[in-house]
Amino acid sequence: MAKRSAPEVNAGSMADIAFLLLIFFLVTTTIEKDKGILRSLPPIEPPNEDEVIIKQKNLFVVLIGRNDDLLVEDERMQLKDLRKAAIEFLDNGGDVDNEGNPCDYCQGKKDPASSDHPDKAIISLQHDRETSYGKYIEVQNELVAAYNFLRNREAQRLYGNEYPGEDEVYFAMLAEKEKNQFKRNEELEERIAKIKVMFPMKLSEAEPKS
Amino acid sequence: MSKFKNKKKGDMPAISTASLPDIVFMLLFFFMVATVMRDNTLMVKNELPNADQVEKLSKDRTTFIYAGRPSEGFKKFGTEARIQINDAFVGVEAVQLAVTEARVALREELQDKFVVALKVDKEANSGLVSDIKQELREINALKVMYVTTVKNPNE
Repeated sequence: MAKRSAPEVNAGSMADIAFLLLIFFLVTTTIEKDKGILRSLPPIEPPNEDEVIIKQKNLFVVLIGRNDDLLVEDERMQLKDLRKAAIEFLDNGGDVDNEGNPCDYCQGKKDPASSDHPDKAIISLQHDRETSYGKYIEVQNELVAAYNFLRNREAQRLYGNEYPGEDEVYFAMLAEKEKNQFKRNEELEERIAKIKVMFPMKLSEAEPKS
Repeated sequence: MSKFKNKKKGDMPAISTASLPDIVFMLLFFFMVATVMRDNTLMVKNELPNADQVEKLSKDRTTFIYAGRPSEGFKKFGTEARIQINDAFVGVEAVQLAVTEARVALREELQDKFVVALKVDKEANSGLVSDIKQELREINALKVMYVTTVKNPNE
């Protein structure tokens, strides 16, 4: 038999095939980018349990009407003023908490008519069924921002010297925890927990009325 | 002199495209690694609201619920905001079953960190969202994430 060398395979269309695959993947896949506001819903209470009585002054009622207007503590308010009002309410520290400890880290006005202690202060967000979801999230965002502001402030005061050049120390601590998620750092977690206890996020989302 | 002139006589040599497949394959692999398959087709208008106090979503422990007005092409389902789970429009009463199913399918150690991500159009009524939240409370899926777009704080 005559010895023949195998003919060379033409690889000119290889690029076309690869392009085809590439375009297929470009179309069918998405790049991860989901972010959002993480919240915990309240568990359903057993019906026979006694209602806990909350003093009116410890309750910060935010109401969103059906036309997306904002009513805070029975007064109309613009969205841009909400964050400041919420911070003032949470940071008031006019009285003592359940164990009788005064709020020694609060920097508010200590107004006896406003909240007693951040531990007792509750923000109640109520909305109409016809409120638009966009507005609802905007308000929710402002309220979460109020908590984050106070937590950042306390983190700055307590641990700020360990995070030089950071404006938002609490966020920096959370980012550090995220980065080292496979290597538990007991001290860091304790600190984050401590700040969370100082300003616990008591943001109640009641079911809509009517 | 003529030595140099002789060289310029021919045409420009063709650019070799032999390495083109390699380049394209490189791109292909990059996209295969960096992206995930789109798992459901959106049948509702889904313009997310804006927020800046956001956290990242861990996709391994999450199930998605979409809600909004049926988009163009699905007009026969009406113009009111509706809930979409997986690839179908469902009523509020079907949320519990779908979410429970998704939770059971997770790895065991992630089941108590289960998060329900709500992707709701910003023009939808928040009453619909409340209905979903009430259903989630009843099956004790208490962690929710309102998925938003991230607002630029400088705006």
